[in-house]
Amino acid sequence: MVLLKTVDLRKQFGETRACDGVNFIVNEGEFLSLVGSNGAGKTSLVNLISAHLQPDSGQILFRDKDITFTTVTDRIKAGIARSFQIVNLFDGLSVFDNVALSIFSREGKTSKLARLAERDDEVASEALEVLSQFGLASKSSAVAGGLAQGERKLLDVAIAYALRPKLLFLDEPTSGVSTHDKAQIMDTVSSVVRAGRVTAVVIEHDMDVVFRYSDRIVMMHEGRFLADGTPDEIRANKDVASILLGAPLAS
Amino acid sequence: MMKPTAPAITRRSHVPLMAAAALAFIVLLLLPALIDLYQVQLLTYGLIAAIAALGFNLLLGYTGLLSFGHSAFFGIGAYTVAFLLRYLDIHSMELYILIGIPIAALTSALFGYICVRHTRIFFGILTLALSQVLYSLALKFFWVTGGTDGLRVARPTLLAGLLSFQGAGSFQHFINSYYYYVVVVFAICVVLMWVIVHSPFGKALQAIRDNEVRARFLGLRIRHFRWAAFLISGTFTGLAGILWVPLNGLTTPEILYWPFSGEIVFAALLGGFRNFTGPIIGGIVFNYLKTYAIATTEYWQLLLGTVLVALVLVLPTGIVGGLSKLAATLRGKEKA
Amino acid sequence: MPNGGLAGNELLAILILQILNSLFYASVLFLIAAGLSLIFGVMRIVNMAHGSLYAIGAYVTAWLVGRAIGLGVAPAWLFALIPMGAIAVALLGAAIEPVLLRPFYRRAEEYQLLVTFGLLLILEDVVRLLWGGLPLSADPVMDALPIMRIGGLSYPGYNLVVIGIGATAAVALWLVVYRTKFGVMLRATSQDRRMASALGLNVGLVYVLAFAIGCFMAGLGGAIIVPSQAAVLGMGIDALILAFVVVVIGGLGSLQGALVGALIVSFVRTAGIQFFPEIELAVLYLIAAIVLIVKPTGLFGTA
Repeated sequence: MVLLKTVDLRKQFGETRACDGVNFIVNEGEFLSLVGSNGAGKTSLVNLISAHLQPDSGQILFRDKDITFTTVTDRIKAGIARSFQIVNLFDGLSVFDNVALSIFSREGKTSKLARLAERDDEVASEALEVLSQFGLASKSSAVAGGLAQGERKLLDVAIAYALRPKLLFLDEPTSGVSTHDKAQIMDTVSSVVRAGRVTAVVIEHDMDVVFRYSDRIVMMHEGRFLADGTPDEIRANKDVASILLGAPLAS
Repeated sequence: MMKPTAPAITRRSHVPLMAAAALAFIVLLLLPALIDLYQVQLLTYGLIAAIAALGFNLLLGYTGLLSFGHSAFFGIGAYTVAFLLRYLDIHSMELYILIGIPIAALTSALFGYICVRHTRIFFGILTLALSQVLYSLALKFFWVTGGTDGLRVARPTLLAGLLSFQGAGSFQHFINSYYYYVVVVFAICVVLMWVIVHSPFGKALQAIRDNEVRARFLGLRIRHFRWAAFLISGTFTGLAGILWVPLNGLTTPEILYWPFSGEIVFAALLGGFRNFTGPIIGGIVFNYLKTYAIATTEYWQLLLGTVLVALVLVLPTGIVGGLSKLAATLRGKEKA
Repeated sequence: MPNGGLAGNELLAILILQILNSLFYASVLFLIAAGLSLIFGVMRIVNMAHGSLYAIGAYVTAWLVGRAIGLGVAPAWLFALIPMGAIAVALLGAAIEPVLLRPFYRRAEEYQLLVTFGLLLILEDVVRLLWGGLPLSADPVMDALPIMRIGGLSYPGYNLVVIGIGATAAVALWLVVYRTKFGVMLRATSQDRRMASALGLNVGLVYVLAFAIGCFMAGLGGAIIVPSQAAVLGMGIDALILAFVVVVIGGLGSLQGALVGALIVSFVRTAGIQFFPEIELAVLYLIAAIVLIVKPTGLFGTA
């Protein structure tokens, strides 16, 4: 089933065409990697779909409903969530609170000011469950600002995941992390996401990671889609090879 | 699929905290027996300052918005009481509070609606500008507000008229009774604020403070939350103004003038705006500091200004922040 | 309101006088606001003590004038004291920046606001300490210039000089910022501090000079107004609020904004005092609030 579909999506910044007529289809249950060199338009595409940016033209359809002009809040309610390339946490709050807040928000409980947050058992147990899935349960009372980079990346994903989205966008979840930690992070992320039956689109530069974890790979180049297929199909694609050879080595 | 079992929820016990709070409350209640009347009066002012700073800090410490216009709410609270007395001949403290709070809330709601569209410097300047609109109105409409002379406020009746203070010995009676009254209101304010900042709403505010973009991508409506925080903050500070004027006996435009807003900021910073108890300690200490400064030297602004600069340089986390850091270091040393 | 008995050209004369008054006041406001904007534009600091520096400019100049009169200096030479008052404030600023402001550049904005507020408290009392609570005037400077006649009404020649100084300052500042090498350095540092430093610019020097220039302007504002209006305690605090209104309307960090804002505020204030004297200040604050709502960065400001 088609979960997300963009129709001729366009976004321009001055002379640069970040998205030049993008027709993007994401099927339910997929674990999809979005690749391409820097400036290819991947983050812009995600920004458009998550309502961080408004498109110049084109449509975005989510589960057959036109969401092109809806707000960030609406899209989250509809079931689209994202993480950010530069880790975006609530550094002053504890790890537990970071995730719990997602759940409070999702449940519409953030307007409650006469009850103590910690007394909400439902939210607390769900938050702890999510944290254990991501291997962060032992750090639940630690302040988010003090975590190691790998843990911060995982928490970033966990916060978005706790919104229980149907479609989750992860913007470079392993950037800035050592090779060893990369595998750990991707193992955790992909197993949790698949277990939760969440459709995931991951922006990624490391082609090893991409080939190892994805069901499907979509390559962008200068605002357009260049290639779209299974890892094997992409490996055989000559255009992709030439772009990749010309591109800088994977981070 | 095998789901990893979630660890059991460990709840941090609040008993030590509640015990400490109860102890503090009892100490406050016993103090008038141990200190002289002037000190009781001074402490009352201190508790009122603590309420003002507590309200202010919901915006600064928990929501990340620095307001330089809180004098507006304190002043609205005070002038409302003065008007109720002068034009409606109301003497009941309860009525002052019951009528004053909604008026302070309405003002905060209005000002907040205007201000929270902006952040950081523009927010600060806008709060400043709006508070000065009130100040200049208080000056210009002197036939209503008493102008620079202000309005006198007689001693109100407490407990729905049960206690009134006229005649011989009434000054002492009033000071003591008013002290207890303020202590109770103070306790209620502290508990209320504590619940608010530890509620899901309070967590959302802190998230917005820490990372506005991420909070938005959690589905939080940033502006709504900031407005709500502004409303609550202004109302608390307004209540402080309501409590202040019967004790002071007089309200003047000075409490609407923007340096007074600066004093509220100073108090929160002095105690430490990153902790819950910071503004409480800060309000009380600032009151003593200012009283001492004024009594000691004609150049008390110089003294206060120097303290402020030194504070920001040396102890930016304030008294409470500094103390907790000290405690942490000592604990660390013990472990080592 | 003028009665029917006044002739048309008398009304015109009154109008011209009001315009001149507005320009006079605008000159002073421009100097204060431009200094504030310059400091903010380059250093991203809102200098809460800016009004106090203006006040110090006024007091120093008035004091110098008093001294000079005592020494028997001829009135013509008194004018030289005006820039001296401004320079004194500039030197003060050059001393303040490295000691009180530099430690806070890496800290949160809130702390900078608090430090300059603390500085305000200190300076207000320093003024009281040095010159006491009585107003200090510099009338001899104003009296040194003849009274002009405009359409049958008299107007102090000194005010015209002030307008001239204001205009000259605006032009001079524009030239410095946009036509000199130093101006390029100022603008580069204000746009991107780290980049400027990486390019070899001595950012520390630029900062202290920018602050000194900003203080000079505030001091000059005080210096030129004191012959017309005696220096009083609290003048700085009142002036700061007006300067804020100016930069809010004109845009924080913009010189054109300071000029246009000063003109608007001045004209509104003059008209207000003439026609609705009760609430002209409130009207000004309201205008500021409205501008902040509609165009938060001000007429010429960039975010």
